[in-house]
Order: sequence, then C-alpha cells, then structure tokens
Amino acid sequence: MTPVSLAGEPVVDAALARAHGLTDDEYASIEKWLGRTPTFTELGVFSVMWSEHCSYKSSRKHLKMLPMGGPRVVGGPGENAGALDVGDGWVAVFKIESHNHPSFVEPYQGAATGVGGILRDIFTMGARPIATMDSLKFGALEHPRSRYLVSGVVGGIGGYGNCVGVPTVAGEVMFDPAYNSNILVNAFCLGLARKEQLQSARARGVGNPVLYVGSATGRDGIHGASLLASAEFDETSASKRPTVQVGDPFTEKLLIEACLEAMQTGAIVAIQDMGAAGLTSSSSEMAGRGNVGIELVLDKIPLREAELTPYEILLSESQERMLLVAENGRENELLAIFEKWDLNAIVIGRIIREERWRALWKGQPVADIPVRALTDAAPIYDRPASAPKPDSTARPTKAEGSLRLKGDGAGKGSPSRPAPNAALRALLASPNVCSRRWIFRQYDWIVRSNTVVGPGSDAAVLRIKGTHRGLALKVDSNPRACALDPYIGTITTVCEAMRNVACAGARPAGITNCLNYGNPERPEIMWQFVKGIEGLRDAALAFDVPVISGNVSFYNETAGRAIPPTPTIAVVGILEDIAKHLKSYFAVPDDLILMIRTAPPLLEASEYAAVFGEESDERETKDTGHDCRVPQGAIDAIRGAEVVLHPLFLERRLVEGLVDGAERGLIRSAHDASEGGAAVALAEACFNPHQPLGADIAGLESDRQLFGEGASTVIISAAAGHLEELRRVFEPLEVTVLGRVTENPRLRIAPEVDEEVNELMQIYEDALPRRLGSK
Amino acid sequence: MRWAVVRFPGSLDDDDALYALCDVLGQDASLLWHKDEGLGDAQCIVLPGGFSYGDYLRCGAIARFSPIMKSIAKFAADGGLVLGICNGFQILCEAHLLPGALTRNRSLTFVCDTVTVRVENCHTPFTRSIRHGDLLRLPIKHGEGCYVAPEQELRQMEERGQVLLRYVDNDGRQSDQANPNGSMRAIAGIANERFNVFGLMPHPEHAVEAMLGGDDGLKIFHSIVASGG
Repeated sequence: MTPVSLAGEPVVDAALARAHGLTDDEYASIEKWLGRTPTFTELGVFSVMWSEHCSYKSSRKHLKMLPMGGPRVVGGPGENAGALDVGDGWVAVFKIESHNHPSFVEPYQGAATGVGGILRDIFTMGARPIATMDSLKFGALEHPRSRYLVSGVVGGIGGYGNCVGVPTVAGEVMFDPAYNSNILVNAFCLGLARKEQLQSARARGVGNPVLYVGSATGRDGIHGASLLASAEFDETSASKRPTVQVGDPFTEKLLIEACLEAMQTGAIVAIQDMGAAGLTSSSSEMAGRGNVGIELVLDKIPLREAELTPYEILLSESQERMLLVAENGRENELLAIFEKWDLNAIVIGRIIREERWRALWKGQPVADIPVRALTDAAPIYDRPASAPKPDSTARPTKAEGSLRLKGDGAGKGSPSRPAPNAALRALLASPNVCSRRWIFRQYDWIVRSNTVVGPGSDAAVLRIKGTHRGLALKVDSNPRACALDPYIGTITTVCEAMRNVACAGARPAGITNCLNYGNPERPEIMWQFVKGIEGLRDAALAFDVPVISGNVSFYNETAGRAIPPTPTIAVVGILEDIAKHLKSYFAVPDDLILMIRTAPPLLEASEYAAVFGEESDERETKDTGHDCRVPQGAIDAIRGAEVVLHPLFLERRLVEGLVDGAERGLIRSAHDASEGGAAVALAEACFNPHQPLGADIAGLESDRQLFGEGASTVIISAAAGHLEELRRVFEPLEVTVLGRVTENPRLRIAPEVDEEVNELMQIYEDALPRRLGSK
Repeated sequence: MRWAVVRFPGSLDDDDALYALCDVLGQDASLLWHKDEGLGDAQCIVLPGGFSYGDYLRCGAIARFSPIMKSIAKFAADGGLVLGICNGFQILCEAHLLPGALTRNRSLTFVCDTVTVRVENCHTPFTRSIRHGDLLRLPIKHGEGCYVAPEQELRQMEERGQVLLRYVDNDGRQSDQANPNGSMRAIAGIANERFNVFGLMPHPEHAVEAMLGGDDGLKIFHSIVASGG
C-alpha cells in the first residue's frame, strides 16, 4: 500500500529531514528502504526511531563488549529490562535510565517522568516494582539555578514515587560546577516477579489484537527522543520545554495494578510501555522482536485534543500508556480488568503476517514501512574515538603528598594546612559528604513493608517476603576519577558499588548502568565512552557479575562544554539470610574497629583536595541564558592528578571477605570510606541513630591516612574474639586494628582529633538544609 | 477478629495493612473494593494510606464520594470500629466522620520520618492495651498532615478526651521541633465523640516488626483486637 500525504503537511525533502535531526546519508537510506519519498508522517517516525536515544547508533557496537550472561541471568537481551534469578523462585528485574535533559529544562516534570518511565520498564516485564533509587548530579550549590533545580528534581522524584507507592530506598547526590549547565538525573527501579510470570515484549500470532491502555494521547513530549535527548544544549534550550512530558502518578499506579492483574490471566502475548517515541517505538519493537508485522488504526486512539494529526499521535510521548498484544478472542477478559480500574483500553490494531509497520488514518495508510527498517536497520556508527591531546593548561602530575593547599602559592600568603579536627568538621559539612536527610526525608522509603535498611546507609536492604532472603542495592558514580582516566574511573566506580552492597553483607549478583557522556560525534568523547565500556567490562569480568541492563545518555553538553564522563553503576546483591545483613554504624561498645584497605590512599582527586586544594581562578562561564561567575569546579581543579588502578583480584577479595565475614557472623558493622576518607567514615560509623557511640583510634596520623581516597577502604567493627578469624577471611589483605568502639560519644583519633560525636552529627545533618536555605 | 481493608484507586498502604493484620497478627482480614457497597461481616474497617484518586484535589475529597463510604458511614453510626490511617484519616475528616481537617505540612514538603507520639487517652477501643502517657515510635509519611480545627471544637475535643495521640519529643514533652507538620496542639490522632472512629497520621501498620525498625504499632492493633473480641 502506498501511504498518502495529508492536506497541509509540509513537503518532505532533505532539508526537512535535517530539521528532524537526520543526516543527508540517513535520509538517502530511508528513501532507499522505501523506494520512494517518505510521507511527512513516515519522516517523523524514522527520525525518532533512528535517533541516538532510540537506536543507540553510536553505542551499539561497543555495548556488545559487556558480559551479559551468567547462571543467574534469566531471559535474553532485547527485552525491556534484564532479569536475575535471586532464589526461591523469585526473579529480580532492574534497570537504570537517564532523564537528564528533560530535568534540566523542567526539573519537576523531568524527574517525575524519569521515575514513571523506569517503573513502566519494570512492570511491563511482569515484575512488581518494589524499590527505586536515584543518582543525581547538580551544579555548584552556589550557582543561581541550583536551588531551583534541586528542589524541583527532589520534588518531582518524591511527587511521583510517593504517589505511586514504590519506596525510594537509596541514591547518591553530587554537586560540582561541571554540571552547572547539564544536570544528571538517573532513575533506577527494581521489581520482583515469580520466574514463571515474566512477560515478553515479543509480538506473535497473526490476527492477535493490539490493545492501547492508559492515558489519552496528547501533544506532550513530541520529539523528546530526537530533538531533546539526542542533541546538545544551547541558548535556545528553554524553548524545548514543550518537549518535556507531564506525569500522572495516579494513572501509573492504576496501570501497575491493572497490568499485573491482567498478566495473571495468561491472555497477554506481549506488552511494552510507550516510552521514548511512544506508540511508534513500542509497536515497531514488539513486531520486530517477533518477526511479524503490525497494523494500527490511529482513529481509534483516545486523544486529549481532537485535532491531533497522525504525525503527532505517533510521536507523542504522553506518559502512562501501555501497548499490549492479546491472545485472539481473549481481549474482552483483559478489557474488563482495565475497565474495573477505570483505565482507557481499546483494540487499536492487529498483528499481520507481512513484516510491515503500517498506520491507517481515515481509512487510508499514512505510513507503511518494513519493520526492520525501523528497528534492526537503524544506522550503526563506528564513530572515531581518540584520546584528547595533552592539555597545555593542565597542571603537571604531582608527586604523591604534594597537594597544593589554598594560600600555598606564591604571593598568596602563608601555607595553611588545616588542623585535622577542623578539616574533619569542614568535610562533614561539605555538600558532597554531608547527610542527605533533607532529600530523602521527602521520599516515602517504607511503603510495601520491605525496607530493612533505608537511605543514608552504604546500601539499602530489602527483604523478600515469605523467604529468608534479602536484596541489597546501591547506585554509585565517580566523575572525578573518570575525568582523570575514563577507564580506571569506571572500574573504581564499579568497585565502589560492589563494596557498598557487600558492606550490607550481600553478595553482588548483577550490574545495571547508565552511561552519561557528551557529544559522541567528538572523537575525545567517543574515546571516553569506549574507555568507560572497557572499564565496565573488565570490572564485571573480574567480579564475575553480569551486566544485565543499561542505558546510554549522550549529548550531555552545553555550548560545547561536556560533562565529565559519568558512568553511573548500580549493583544488586543477594543476602541468603536477611538476618545476617550488616548496618553501617557501630553498635556495641568495646568492639574492635578494623580497617581493610587495598592500597595506600591519595589526597589528590579527593574531597579534601576539593575543599582545601589550591583555589582555582574564577572565570567567566556562559550558561544557557544565565550569565554568571562560577568558580572553576572541583573536577576541573584536579586535572593532572593521578589515579591508580589497583589489582582487581584484591578488590574482589575485599568484597568476598565482607560477604563471608557477614555470613559467618564475624562482622558487626561495615562502612565503606568514600568522600572524606577514613576519618569521615569513622565519624559516620559513630552516628548510630539509636544511640551515638564513640571511637578511640590510633594509627591514622597523616592527612593522607585520615582523608585520603582513591584506595578501597572499609571500616568494620567486630567482637575482639573474631579478629584472628577475620584476618584469615580477608587474606591476603591486611586487617589493621584501629581501635575500639566506646560508649562515651567522642571521636578520638590520636593525636589531634578529639570531638563530641553529637556535635559532629549536628554539623553533618545541618549542612544541606542550611545551604538550601530551608532549615 | 474479622477486618476489612478498603482499596480505593490510589491506595498504597492497603497491602501493608493486610500484611500486618494477616501475616504478622494472624487476623482474619480481607480487601473491600471502593465500588462495593457491602461490608461483609467485618468488625473493624481500615481505610489505608495512599493518594486516593491521586489526591489532585484536597486529600480524601473525592474518595469520600466512593460508593463504599455510604456503607462505612452507616457502619460507624451503628457503632462499628473504623480505623483511618494517613489518607484514611484525611478521608474520614472529609466525610465528616471525624472533626477538623488536614492541611499542607508547615514545611510545604512531604515528610517521611519516625516520630514519637504520646497516648493521651487509653480508655478507647483503639488504645485500651496501652497505658496513659505511654510513648510510641511510629513512622509518618505525608505531605498534608497538619491537623486544624476551630478553637472551640479543639477545646471540646480535649475535654471529651478525643485527642488520642500527640507528637512529642523522645522525653514525652510537646515542642515545636517535635511537631513534624505544624498540627494544632500537636495532634497526631483523634477519635469521634463515640470513640468508635479513629484517625491518625502515623502508620501503625508500618511498625509491626522489629526488623523493619520497630513494633510499637502492634499496641494499637492489640487494643482493637481486645475490643472486638
């Protein structure tokens, strides 16, 4: 069938294709696939399906490097999210996705719909969402737009998550000027399903009806995937606000319950949410996976405004919509369930034998495209990747321990090494270290009655009802290390996420990732990305933990300035016995405090360096529509510093030692030292929420020992009688005895630190509310 | 004892209430759909937490018109026990089964935290297994939990003993800092004049297992069981 153009539609040519984000070569390829000029509707369809966001055209080649298989992995790749067998017949489904650009343009709705989208990716697999986490990167807190963005994003995550009844159990937040003009919002969701209940997104069965379920279609989000997510920012970005969707968590909650109920009938053949590129991507992808065709009657689609054109209907990214293929003859069973939940549910098409993707409007075809042209045939690019030329403005690599302090430079006054107790206080109040309670207090983290350990710990711990099992989960990133070396930085990030999960006593079982980078058309960005993938691959192989799902976010740059490479890594671990999970804080006076470290720590590229390091010059930075002076970022300031790759078998030993020690009941608490080093970790471990405790510590005497980072460091507490066995558990790593837990809530680190724990807690808790001006 | 938990569209803590009642307390509890009118043979009806109908208008303002609410009003008028938790409390106020109203938190943000409440009247079906002045640690999670009522109404409620729970600090003292949402007179939970309808913002159903952070909520459920026979 030759599709028709509609009255009033623009003439399709290469110029119009360019305005849709397609290159001339891509446009030529489309004409070749069709053997004719595409209709305006078809051009729109191709532009979203071939966008970076939907087609992964720059990343697909490299993503194949990742180890995706393993004895626990269930189902093949290509489904909406990966799945992991976690025992007792349960399968964990999890994935993390970015919603960076929408959240920068419209923080509340951008973040809210980010949560909504990832929830749908999970329940479309037949899994009930039981937890979400978020990884957030904001600009400097002092930046004039930051408070607006922070409160908008946090409000949006809470507004959606709280209303949909899925707890937000963990997360991470970082503030750095490198994100002033391009924040990151990565949302993670974990769901649980019985193994036999997993759903497919593979259409089959010629004649099977196609059902549209959920919200009516409106104009929101048109070209979200192609123009907003797949292009960098410039001064016109504010005008892209209409491409951000608006979320309705109430409808999402109904969709979750209705879909999970409908799945119980067994009448659903395939199901997929209408996410990026909406109806177009969900229908073509389900057909493509099943090697069938699909025919959609657009007149039947419920609309918010009567005048929507086929082009707009197909490209709309209105939220809270699902597309499903039903067993022929059983559609009424499903329609009755959706009606009970007061949801729109209409048969809008059918599966056809011919592998064509066809859309009809007023009795005539407006699009008729080979399915494969939209899915598999989307272009794949092997973009050039090359390391950046040595930067002449970067400082020379400094020898260890030669960090230059503020006022250290010529003509800037005398050197001013802060006293360790003052440094500790300053670090506890640093936005990148201090308590995140101001944020997570706005999230419901207890609904569904599974949260054993909530936000504010190394990893969240959830129980699996009806079993003795539990899951631990954490999301991490380390853009400082990645900015210095995108390969080592990614490995460092994976190790940290593994360690966090192991600090809860859980054995790491699966990885998901969200890879945030700049414009892949620039060889140095592509190089960062490829190095990141290689790092992720090598770390996953070293830990023997599969990468079960992931997402790539390119074009995170504004006016030619890219974010630092930011691979966000989430790890899910399994606790065979939930009763053996570990908390991050000390619990029993007189317990030994022990430290296990894989290498000597470094002060460079640390939070200490960011807070006390040589002051960087203020410089003029031009943001999207916001001219303002911002200090050069901590990430910029560390250029030229050194990162070290530690032997990965030692990293794995550390993680395994934690899990073994927990399973054998040898460890009372475990806490990973991250920003701020061992001293901050010791203080945090004293912050027992029931009863603050103290610690008497010796053997951490230099600033490097106290505040250094870059080496994997874990602080554990244990009964004295377990020391010798713990030494064997962690072999060949050394277990250092640092001191003892004290009932008196004072943190003493000989010779210079002696602080009231209650005061330190106050500093730690007050920092964020004070800086966000809402205390 | 036979319990029923009402599921409105947008109810979120309905499964948690059922879990607490059936799995933890071993009670006979079932779900009621908001479009139902019959209440079966339930002796206590629970209106759970959540965002009924999305709460895009005032919290509970639409749920009160659900078909089941007519039956619940009659059940309460006949002396049946009704427990409204969080959104359930908001619905009971909107339905005028309880006095006053719940408005936006003083902070204007959602608050999820654990609070201490003091039991102010232990001569009710909901508190009879607790001693006067006992402190309970219970979670809260709401955006609109600031209890308000006219001053005269508040005075009468206090005289009749209708204020059952008040936010206090860990030592049992009322203070501005211990009041998480700005409620008048630090009110966390109230009963009607007949003491058979109880609404509270804290979540007793989320405080029934030590592993999940505490089990003080059991004291409220045990009281109801002792009352219902």
